[in-house]
Amino acid sequence: MSNEKFVYVTYIATTPQKVWDALLKGELTRQYWKHENVSDWRPGSTWEHIADDGKRTVKLVGKVLECVPNKRLALTWGNVADSADTAKHSRVAIDIETVGAMVRLTVTHDELSPEMQIRIANGWPRVLSSLKSFLETGCPLDTWA
Amino acid sequence: MRSRGKSSTKQVDKVFKALADSSRRELIDRLHARNGQTLSELCKGLAMSRQSVTQHLGLLEDANLISVQWQGREKLHYFNPVPIHEIYERWIRKFEQERLAALHNLKNKLERI
Repeated sequence: MSNEKFVYVTYIATTPQKVWDALLKGELTRQYWKHENVSDWRPGSTWEHIADDGKRTVKLVGKVLECVPNKRLALTWGNVADSADTAKHSRVAIDIETVGAMVRLTVTHDELSPEMQIRIANGWPRVLSSLKSFLETGCPLDTWA
Repeated sequence: MRSRGKSSTKQVDKVFKALADSSRRELIDRLHARNGQTLSELCKGLAMSRQSVTQHLGLLEDANLISVQWQGREKLHYFNPVPIHEIYERWIRKFEQERLAALHNLKNKLERI
């Protein structure tokens, strides 16, 4: 595990509720992320990151650490092969705050393996840019095309 | 597609302005090499006063290219690549796609002859 931590921030002209729903409601998440995040979102429960590929391939797994609707979601985040071994999981915290007329969405990701570090460094900027476009204009970015 | 409006244009202006300075780009490169540094760490080996570095960091933070987190009494600076990705999507990828589409059309036309 590296000690390196990544912090991704985007400002979106929307409401905390809409950001929260876009992250957790599959029918919305699919549109800008091409994946869904599936869980009952209770602390201690598992969650799965599922591709919208027709086969519903599970791409990532983890545990829910904290879930405060419209405010904060903290998760462990690991490869499917390491689903039972949470010590190998990285950690993600998603914080949603109102700043003036905007919402500041902060994704903090740490305790990363070198392989996961590359994946998330390529992933989060694309996901957050697409989410911002989706919530502000109704159109996601076709960043996975 | 609905326009993102004036505030968003201003935000993009800030990103381009922040990037239009070699000292600020150097600070970004240093954080890209090692994320989460303090002001003192960032000043090391730079031919800039602490005060200038502070000002540059302020501009980068205002452009959302740097985010700041406190760890105890230490203020750590993190590079945030999201605005650069938005510029890539808006100002680079879009034009690449048009060029690729033009090539694709040319190929189709030539093959029909």
